[in-house]
Amino acid sequence: MAPLASQTVDLREPAGWRRTKNQIMTVLMWGAFVIVLIPLGFVIYTVIEKGAKAISWQFLTNGTVPPNVMPLGFGGMGAAVIGTLEITGFAALIAIPLGVLGAVYISEYGGRNWLAKLIAFMADVMTGVPSIVMGLFIYTLWVLHFGYSGMAGSFALACLMLPVVIRSSYEMLRLVPNTLREGSYALGATKARVTVTVVLPAALGGIVSGALLAVARAAGETAPLLFCILTVESTNTNLFSGPNTALSTQIFANAQSPYVGAQARAWGAALTLIAITFILMIVARIVTARFTRYAR
Amino acid sequence: MEQQDQKIVAKLTVPESSVRDEAPRSGNAVFDAKNVSIYYGSFRAVTDVSLNIYENEITAFIGPSGCGKTTVLRTLNRMNDLIPGARVDGAVHYRGASLYESGVSPTAVRRRIGMVFQKPNPFPKSIYDNVAYGPRINGERSKRKLDDIVERSLRQAALWDEVKNRLGKSALGMSGGQQQRLCIARTLAVEPDVVLMDEPCSALDPIATGKIEDLMHEIKSRYTIVIVTHNMQQATRVSDRTAFYSVLRDEKSDVRTGVLVEYDKTANIFENPQDSRTQAYVTGRMG
Amino acid sequence: MSTATEADPAIPAGSAGALAHRRPLGDRGFQIMALVAGLLVLIILILIAVTTAQQSTTWFTTAGFKGIFSTVWNPEANQFGAMAFVYGTVIASVIAIIIAFPVSIGIALLLNEVVPRRWARPIIYVIDLLAVVPSVVWGLWGIIVLVPKLQTLYTHIASGVKGIPVLDSLFGGPDVSGASFFTAGLILAIMITPIITSLSREVIATVPAIDKEGAYALGATRWEMIRGAVWPHSQGGVVGAALVGLGRAMGETIAAALVIGASAEVTPHLFYTGYAIPAVIALQFGEASGGEFRAALIGLGLLLFVITIIVNLVARWIVERSARRARGA
Repeated sequence: MAPLASQTVDLREPAGWRRTKNQIMTVLMWGAFVIVLIPLGFVIYTVIEKGAKAISWQFLTNGTVPPNVMPLGFGGMGAAVIGTLEITGFAALIAIPLGVLGAVYISEYGGRNWLAKLIAFMADVMTGVPSIVMGLFIYTLWVLHFGYSGMAGSFALACLMLPVVIRSSYEMLRLVPNTLREGSYALGATKARVTVTVVLPAALGGIVSGALLAVARAAGETAPLLFCILTVESTNTNLFSGPNTALSTQIFANAQSPYVGAQARAWGAALTLIAITFILMIVARIVTARFTRYAR
Repeated sequence: MEQQDQKIVAKLTVPESSVRDEAPRSGNAVFDAKNVSIYYGSFRAVTDVSLNIYENEITAFIGPSGCGKTTVLRTLNRMNDLIPGARVDGAVHYRGASLYESGVSPTAVRRRIGMVFQKPNPFPKSIYDNVAYGPRINGERSKRKLDDIVERSLRQAALWDEVKNRLGKSALGMSGGQQQRLCIARTLAVEPDVVLMDEPCSALDPIATGKIEDLMHEIKSRYTIVIVTHNMQQATRVSDRTAFYSVLRDEKSDVRTGVLVEYDKTANIFENPQDSRTQAYVTGRMG
Repeated sequence: MSTATEADPAIPAGSAGALAHRRPLGDRGFQIMALVAGLLVLIILILIAVTTAQQSTTWFTTAGFKGIFSTVWNPEANQFGAMAFVYGTVIASVIAIIIAFPVSIGIALLLNEVVPRRWARPIIYVIDLLAVVPSVVWGLWGIIVLVPKLQTLYTHIASGVKGIPVLDSLFGGPDVSGASFFTAGLILAIMITPIITSLSREVIATVPAIDKEGAYALGATRWEMIRGAVWPHSQGGVVGAALVGLGRAMGETIAAALVIGASAEVTPHLFYTGYAIPAVIALQFGEASGGEFRAALIGLGLLLFVITIIVNLVARWIVERSARRARGA
């Protein structure tokens, strides 16, 4: 099929079906992104618009949640804010160290043995366990014997966070080059020392950012708390006894109420919750950008 | 940094490459490259290459690592477009038409100028579907015609007898040499004008290599072939013309770039090279 | 030397034995701590199964197999048939996957093949933002903003398909409601898109560049290259990603609970109110006074646990198998 050199060759875009199909497909792919932008934009816009109306210093700090029928201006969500911060904070305190240790086991001690592979596999499976099941679990294990408390909620959230922290920490530990470990071993350090003084610091940025994202996800969880804290109307700073409340459960309760006041408070709580989550996410990004030495 | 780089490179005096270019008696120039320089971002990988490639010949590009021979090869079918930041200065004409003019469609170019890669890359599909891929995307739907094309291409690639009874099996189940011949068959299935080969035998054993070299001689009468090779014996075995590339290094700034040193009939390059660098390379003293 | 590896005085210095000998206590202790932390994962999973099974045995034994899967859910009459909830969970999740799968694949392909690397980051941020919006906020927005709007839309569609055989039983009917199976599926779709997109991207990124170059070298357009080189490599992994998304949709509680309509009915009408397993547990647990009511709800939780574990296992197996095939080949 070699044309004679005298024939001028036409190298322009071949018109027709192939090019059109390619363009249609590209448009569709962009369309998929736009489809996702619409609800996201809509939600964020609505939350900001309606939530801003409810937010005030009183709203954020007043420790008494008013009955649903009361309009805006009475009481506030302070109890829920404190609840969310306490419960999520305690959950992070439990889950992050345990998660990092678990990841250390798989990455540094497990090697190729079957137990490490099983744990890693099951951690992945555990990330798919519905949050409501975790709530029921802590209910049957703890609440039935020791009653509702913020701590029970923390346990449930910690169970949700654990596999996520394990997985993300493991990914970070894996990225630390072996030469770093070998250099430390060559100086006579034991495995524990190598891990704590060399490997973990090297992976720290990534581990912290992964943990922050897990905390952000936990702060927004509702279902497990429903069974563990028994949403109440006043602040309970004692995490270890007595029912408690949180922003997520308050939003859930208020969303089902027909009263305008309750719904307005729900929007305010939603805006507060999104703000907290958002701040955590941004801090996680900053940590990734500035402090992560070994990125993928 | 970019500015500084440009200035220094401009000071590099690129010695005239000895391009001995007598058009063979009945052939035409398929490619006509003039003053081609290729940049990756601000790094000039290849400087000022000019040569003609002739129809129905096998032209070999040889030279040490990093001399830009693969870069020049990929410029001939616009494959460098796939690398972000790649840019071509100068003119490349294919049968009189400029390849880098605006309005030129890379897909149209690549349909006419095919490429076989260093590592065989069959699709994870059946042998039949691999060869039929090209014709299918060009609109061929008739099963009978596709069967014909597949058989003809596999015959040209000297693979038909080995696979004719298992066309439906996965291409990944074949040996490396067979996979590479499949890739050649796949390229021939779209009936290109030119076949570019980027070190096609470097991942293969000597027997598979021999089969592919025989194949090249067989199809030469219908196609124009340009082959990049690290193996000088291979260049002497298969090619009619050889282009020797090398790395030019500026003493002061340590800026390196690839240049075309000498281009001539293969016999001359290896038996009677004009440039000392060519001589050093082909006698094994360098590279 | 930073640590003192105790040399056993009984072994002469310089022999190989001295090097291979004891490990200090701290090292051992650390290893044990790490091991226990890892084992927690297994322990928790087993405990979940055990405790929920314990608390729900009354339901399983009294209702029996037939009772569990009956469609009648009447707590006052002590009838706890789970069929309506299983049905609702499956229907809403299937709707979610049908919507989310093409969208997620589209975005994954967009990010990996179409968009130049520099511009990919803002798009990824948007997807992460989508993932970080809490479920309860989606539910709040869903029930207050989306549901009323969809009510009018559904009514229009229902009157439009009136009389047409299949479409009428799916999308028609006099009792269409904004809060319905379909709305729940829609919101679930939005929520599972990020995870499917992210997993699919990982799969698509493993396609070797030379395969893609091979397709381009044959004169393929970008879409033809995707179909020829990318798709065969990634189809298994992408299906696995979809299954992971399906598992998430099935377990998603709060958003679905708020917009699904809370009525335990088995009906083909997608625009009717319905129920789902996690939704009923969340909404009725507070009122569950009787022991058997509670046992039934916990039993439903156990059922959900088992279903999602199975879906996740199948998903991981499919992804592993296709990854192994790509590596081995």
